[in-house]
Amino acid sequence: MDSKSNAALKTTEPETAEQAVPASPVTGSASPPPAANTPAATGRPSPAGLWFKATGSRYLVRVAALIAAVVFWQVASDNGFDFYINFNNIPAPTAVGSALMTELTGQEFYLHILHSMQRVAIAYGLAVVLGVVLGVAMGRSRWAEDIILPYIELLRPIPAVAWIPLAILMLPTEQASIIFITFLGALFPIVLNTTHGVEQTNATLIRAARSLGASNRAILWHVVLPGAMPSIVAGLAIGMGVAWFSLLAGEIISGQYGIGYYTWNSYTLIQYPQIIIGMLVIGGLGTLCTLLVRKACNPLLKWQAKGGQS
Amino acid sequence: MSDAAVMNDNRLAVLDHSRLRGKGNKAGEDRGRISMRDVDIVFDTASGPHIAVQSADLTVRPGEFLCLLGPSGCGKSTLMNTVAGFVKPSRGEVTVDGKPVTQPGPDRGMVFQQHSLFPWKTVMENVAFGPLMAGTSRREADSIARTFLSLVGLAAFENAYPNTLSGGMQQRVGIARALANYPSVLLMDEPFGALDAQTRTMMQENLLEIWSEFHNTVVFVTHDIDEAVFLSDRIVVMSATPGRIIADIPVELPRPREQSLITTPEFMELKRQCLDLIRQETLNAFEQQNRVG
Repeated sequence: MDSKSNAALKTTEPETAEQAVPASPVTGSASPPPAANTPAATGRPSPAGLWFKATGSRYLVRVAALIAAVVFWQVASDNGFDFYINFNNIPAPTAVGSALMTELTGQEFYLHILHSMQRVAIAYGLAVVLGVVLGVAMGRSRWAEDIILPYIELLRPIPAVAWIPLAILMLPTEQASIIFITFLGALFPIVLNTTHGVEQTNATLIRAARSLGASNRAILWHVVLPGAMPSIVAGLAIGMGVAWFSLLAGEIISGQYGIGYYTWNSYTLIQYPQIIIGMLVIGGLGTLCTLLVRKACNPLLKWQAKGGQS
Repeated sequence: MSDAAVMNDNRLAVLDHSRLRGKGNKAGEDRGRISMRDVDIVFDTASGPHIAVQSADLTVRPGEFLCLLGPSGCGKSTLMNTVAGFVKPSRGEVTVDGKPVTQPGPDRGMVFQQHSLFPWKTVMENVAFGPLMAGTSRREADSIARTFLSLVGLAAFENAYPNTLSGGMQQRVGIARALANYPSVLLMDEPFGALDAQTRTMMQENLLEIWSEFHNTVVFVTHDIDEAVFLSDRIVVMSATPGRIIADIPVELPRPREQSLITTPEFMELKRQCLDLIRQETLNAFEQQNRVG
């Protein structure tokens, strides 16, 4: 999925055929064949044409699928579609669009987003540090696992909303409560994926490192962590997604700002288009942040790509 | 690029001769003596204790190329792993240069059967790892790594990741990595077992060529009789269940050795000797299994 979108970015740029070729080991079957070396003028399909055939057409289908849903929504809202699912009170995409335009001209909307981003950044940062440390400890030490795992198994199924009363009772400020709830959401996937990755460490590689004179700390740094990295990165990406939907729950208690607060408040004020704007912003930001995490971690995983050279 | 083409790469290597054995370097002359006294190795399994190795007595002289030969499952790798420090003998003692082995160490280089390179490190980072762990600066470690990569003909691949190399090339990186610490003992656990026949023969010649520079002690585990006779100064044959040393055969074939050697009568005679021993052992093992089953 990631490498495909990567390839799409590379090949859509106006490049010469020679530049497009080095990208081919990464793109796999979706890449232009070596024939791309010869000028497109000879009658062979151009690299862009080939890219479209293999990858572009699929993106077209994806976009078309989304557009179809929006069109259905518009029609259903306009005509008051009511067959078990009721569209009578649902604002049409056009209404949401014009409300969004109004929001974008004001300052409030950006403040909501800024506050939410800040909370996610703090909560996620804490979750990454603590999650990886706990995960490595659990993966390496039976003691640590026996002490920590029961807590995780017990607390993990509790939804973020259920933490709200306790968070308010335990923590001094509203801000701290919201960050705590967001942090918890991100923590569990990171801990569990890190533990899993560390436990998968290849025993032969540890033996090899020992026979090359590596200390325990060097083995952790050079063998265990890099080996667990694919799993850790998966945990970081999932953790980011969960952080965003925990944030929404946490911001129920926010008094003023935050995109979650904005959504809940719009519901209270019966501003239906704003609810949908809030939902879409949360979805969009969550996806965007997850993508950023994956992109940021890519250099750590470049060794996995066939043909990868540093 | 094929393995054959890479093999004939010219040698740019400048080895640190003060650390090599057997180049008129008297101080290092006695490094690499392995001694096993009455070694038993017993594993606890669900169905009771399993005797992997029984009363093994063996001395490997400094600079000797010794092959441990035996059917699969006879405990030859286990026995070698006591020298590496991965396995503790249940009884008896294993010493290298008079010191009992308590843990793995860079004085005993290890080459595994396959997939033992760090996949997240480039070829050069893999080879530089040992020197780096020994406290060498990164620059120095990289220069040592380059030396050893050209020794195995892979200088052009220093920035490649292991998963882009063929099996034979990966094993050559593994050999370079183990040698980069200038170990007095080189332990090889069926290093060519997963390679195709052509690559394997080439790797054997290549290994002997490299070893002629080092002349350190080598313990080479294999179940391939041709390989054992072609490479070694001495073959120690082991029997299966329990693993015991049943023969100690000196191989007095001239060096340097080339593939033409394997058709000579002397080679054939040694091969026949080993074959008879192994066949008898395999038959015994079969009978034992049938009786149990």
